[in-house]
Amino acid sequence: MKYYDKLIFEISRSGRVGYSLPKNWSTDNGQQSTDKPDGSLSIVNCQLSIPKVLLRETPAELPEVSELDVVRHYTNVSNKNFGVETGFYPLGSCTMKYNPKINEEIAHHPAFSGLHPLQNEESVQGALAIYYHTARALSELTGLADFTLTPFAGAHGELTGLMVMRQYHLLRGDTKRTRVIVPNSAHGTNPASAAVCGLEIVEVKSTANGTVDTNDLKGLLDDTIAGIMMTNPNTLGIYETQVVEIAQLVHDAGGLLYYDGANLNPMLGASRPGDMGFDIMHINLHKTFSTPHGGGGPGSGPVGVAAHLVDCLPNPRVTFADGKYRIENGKWKIESSHPDGNCQFGNSCGRVAAFMGNFGVVMKAYTYILSLGKDIKHVGPIATLNANYVKESLRDAYYLPVDTVCKHEFVFDGLADKSTGVTTLDIAKRLLDYGYHAPTIYFPLLFHQSIMIEPTETESKETLDDFIDIMHRVAEEALSDPEMVKSAPHTTPVRRLDETTAAKNPLLKYRDLL
Amino acid sequence: MSKVIEGIKYADSHEWVKVEGNIGIVGISDYAQHSLGDIVYVDLPSEGDEISKGEEFGAVESVKAASDLYSPVSGTIIEINSALEDQPELINQDAYENWIIKVELADPSELDSLLDAAAYENICE
Amino acid sequence: MNKYIPHTPDDIRQMLDKIGVNSIDDLFADIPESVRLQKEYDLPEAISEEEIRAYFKALGEQNQQQVIFAGGGAYDHYTPSAIDALLSRSEFLTAYTPYQPEISQGTLQYIFEYQSHICELTGMDCTNASMYDGATATVEAIFMAVAQAKKKNRVLVSATINPTLVSIINTYAKYKGINVDIIPEVNGHTDRIAMQTMLAEGDVAGVLVGSPNHYGIIEDYTGFADDIHAAKALMIMHCDPSSLAVLKTPAAWGADIACGDGQSLGIPLSFGGPYVGFLACKKELVRKLPGRIVGATKDVDGKRAFVLTLQAREQHIRREKANSNICSNQSLMALHITIYLALMGKQGLREVNEQSYGAAHYLHDELVKTELFTPAYPNTPFLKEFALRTTLPVKALQSHLAKHGFMAGIALGDYREGMDDCILFCATEKRTKQQIDELVKLIKEAKL
Repeated sequence: MKYYDKLIFEISRSGRVGYSLPKNWSTDNGQQSTDKPDGSLSIVNCQLSIPKVLLRETPAELPEVSELDVVRHYTNVSNKNFGVETGFYPLGSCTMKYNPKINEEIAHHPAFSGLHPLQNEESVQGALAIYYHTARALSELTGLADFTLTPFAGAHGELTGLMVMRQYHLLRGDTKRTRVIVPNSAHGTNPASAAVCGLEIVEVKSTANGTVDTNDLKGLLDDTIAGIMMTNPNTLGIYETQVVEIAQLVHDAGGLLYYDGANLNPMLGASRPGDMGFDIMHINLHKTFSTPHGGGGPGSGPVGVAAHLVDCLPNPRVTFADGKYRIENGKWKIESSHPDGNCQFGNSCGRVAAFMGNFGVVMKAYTYILSLGKDIKHVGPIATLNANYVKESLRDAYYLPVDTVCKHEFVFDGLADKSTGVTTLDIAKRLLDYGYHAPTIYFPLLFHQSIMIEPTETESKETLDDFIDIMHRVAEEALSDPEMVKSAPHTTPVRRLDETTAAKNPLLKYRDLL
Repeated sequence: MSKVIEGIKYADSHEWVKVEGNIGIVGISDYAQHSLGDIVYVDLPSEGDEISKGEEFGAVESVKAASDLYSPVSGTIIEINSALEDQPELINQDAYENWIIKVELADPSELDSLLDAAAYENICE
Repeated sequence: MNKYIPHTPDDIRQMLDKIGVNSIDDLFADIPESVRLQKEYDLPEAISEEEIRAYFKALGEQNQQQVIFAGGGAYDHYTPSAIDALLSRSEFLTAYTPYQPEISQGTLQYIFEYQSHICELTGMDCTNASMYDGATATVEAIFMAVAQAKKKNRVLVSATINPTLVSIINTYAKYKGINVDIIPEVNGHTDRIAMQTMLAEGDVAGVLVGSPNHYGIIEDYTGFADDIHAAKALMIMHCDPSSLAVLKTPAAWGADIACGDGQSLGIPLSFGGPYVGFLACKKELVRKLPGRIVGATKDVDGKRAFVLTLQAREQHIRREKANSNICSNQSLMALHITIYLALMGKQGLREVNEQSYGAAHYLHDELVKTELFTPAYPNTPFLKEFALRTTLPVKALQSHLAKHGFMAGIALGDYREGMDDCILFCATEKRTKQQIDELVKLIKEAKL
């Protein structure tokens, strides 16, 4: 197929339009009268009568294109992309499972998509019911008392959860607790979220198999520690078997445990964060609960807490009593008595979103939960079966640094035979030629050549077998024709890119190209 | 093999300082530029900023990494190498010719605690 | 097993053999007994698609579709049909962040187009790949100002900014350790004299103002940038991107950072989300911009291509030293407004503003004619949103109108002291004269 390389601005022709608006309100200075056939609408003068100083001097150069131009353009642009429906997407830590179609159908239901977020409670009872029952289901699945669904993404949930952690200590007058423990194997978002929340980061060492070093942890715990952030299974896909002991240690020291839900998928049907001893967690609905990643959003990052932290959750909250759903603390006043803008949120940690979060995404996740019901318990076991199957099938050709049973994902440290100098990057690029998305590469940082593979439960044995064959073939090519692998990909819409020049001389918009 | 040159002092965070009178000229070592790869941006401080030894004064970025710069000496920044704004790759070309800041030294005795070439070479191995 | 899990018993047997264990349970033997899930989830049984449709249909019937005469940060503009059709293409919908640029040129290209549109509307030099929503984009703008100022950590926020947004800023500021002070208002406008005094007190990293502001007023910010820059602070302007087809751009006002919510660019109301935030700035600040940024480059064959760039700013590299913890953007919604802006184009977006202006001013005039309303801020210019004082009881009036299917504005008393008799109305190009006449008639006839 011909490579399409136009930008929308490059197909623009002065005078073309791609929209139609009803002429309810004339745009021609109100001089003309063109009443509608039914005679019900007359024309009102709507020339902008606004002082010139407030108006734009030169028009924004937006494209001028027809509807077909637009549809064909973005169809062609989409053909340069790869999604879960294009092919197998074993991107570790991202849980690229199938995104069911019914989720999309439900989320587009007009009875929900037309609701204004500030409509009166009585008129949005159906929407609030979804919000409320999704939170209840997430509580059941995680063993935590309550959830807020307002955070927009995993990182946003993480930050919100840390605000809850700080607020809990502050409410108790325990102001010294301003440090948070993060494993050195953690994703960069953990320390970044902690820093945004005003917490100082303390790194706890990992053992050789990537689990938290409890001896090191013991030495770090004191009355300045607000808590610890962990994933379980950890970044290597390994269950932290000492989690009960860790919870005990941290709680005894007065700290709280935060569960990063990035790796929650294998725990469905297996083990609940609340039962493990975690006090706060976030969930990535776009990972575990099948909502599409959308090329990087919109996601949703609900935050759950144990009973003693419910009051610290952000506003607004959705409650149910006497047969009616209510939005609690949905509004916040600017009071002249607080001209400094101090927070007046009561026990709540505050507010992190203007409305109710990515409600449309919540609808998709709730549809998924209802579709599977109790059977959601099979998700974790099958995801784990798939990961272990791929691991055991490829360990002859790729180096497995930690040899143990994994959960939903596992990490290779490059090829078993590295003699030809073929790197993880080269393998990733060669996989693109074979029609696969690459696994996550160079994360975790514990190894130099990390390849992190997460197959998810929605992939069949045949899909995995085909992938295993190709991974073997690439490993063979790395020995037989290393230069070809090092210059891969060869068949993709574009080949390897000059990222250095892009960073040195940033060209960030169409005008920069002219 | 990275180059280490004689006659200048090094910090274990991979900055070097060359002393001319009461001025310390500061850059990063060849080992540091080599570990980073193609440098795409140097985050420079402002002239007149006061810094103390060990304090962060900027950063050097490659495409997929960033390394903070720590001052090996205390004093006032009297000059920045503005050529690096447009040509950050100069550091890759010669890390010792292409200094980053000049500092008027507040306490020349601080230099004694820095590493000489031989000692620095040891930590780069 | 079910339609989302394709494994047959035979598949499972063969896979277990390869792994060398007897059962799937064996793969979970490392989980301590005390924390292993021992029960069935207290959830309903799985249900079919038909049952799901029926369930949500019933829930939908518990909602009431209203004719929207309110804004407050969410605007009922027209959404062209082609957008949803294109957004549901799985190549866009089911991709992840464009980590592998060779097979992600679709996402990367539309983000580049999105960035071009945002810069065009705001007049700014650069922008990122989008933010979660307008509020979090504004918080990040404040973080940028504080990071740029290095040692100053006080920001001034105009009292004419949406109070909900102020509450979010306060939340983040509380934990991050930023001091937020409110600049008082005079007749619905930011008090410039008061701002000058507050700037003179020192330590100010940034000043946040809005256009149009929370009352819908288009404020005249002449001279503000000079005052703010003289104090070595940054000017941050929160704006409605739809209005920027006709209103003076943040760049033209002298602002250093522009931010806001892209919802007004044809994103359905959707009970508050997903929307999309935008954050744009002068080029001197590009290294302080959070989040993903897409840049143009070439591949090894010299083909034009796009790639995530300036990544050394971001959390996955900088960890706790990053200015922000944001990972992804709100990509699909950025695509939504990119397609919207392509379809509406230069002429369409202007027409949206003119027609909204026409509808809102007609509504304003008709309401004032009833003599039950007076302008809260007389003789102030507005586009589609405006505040009126009323002699009617606000809450009773709104619930009366809700019963007739109208969302009649926002009660400002919920957000601001001394405004219990005020309603913030809004009308967009979707409102017809018939709807407005009916609303006004209902108000006139209301017995409250």
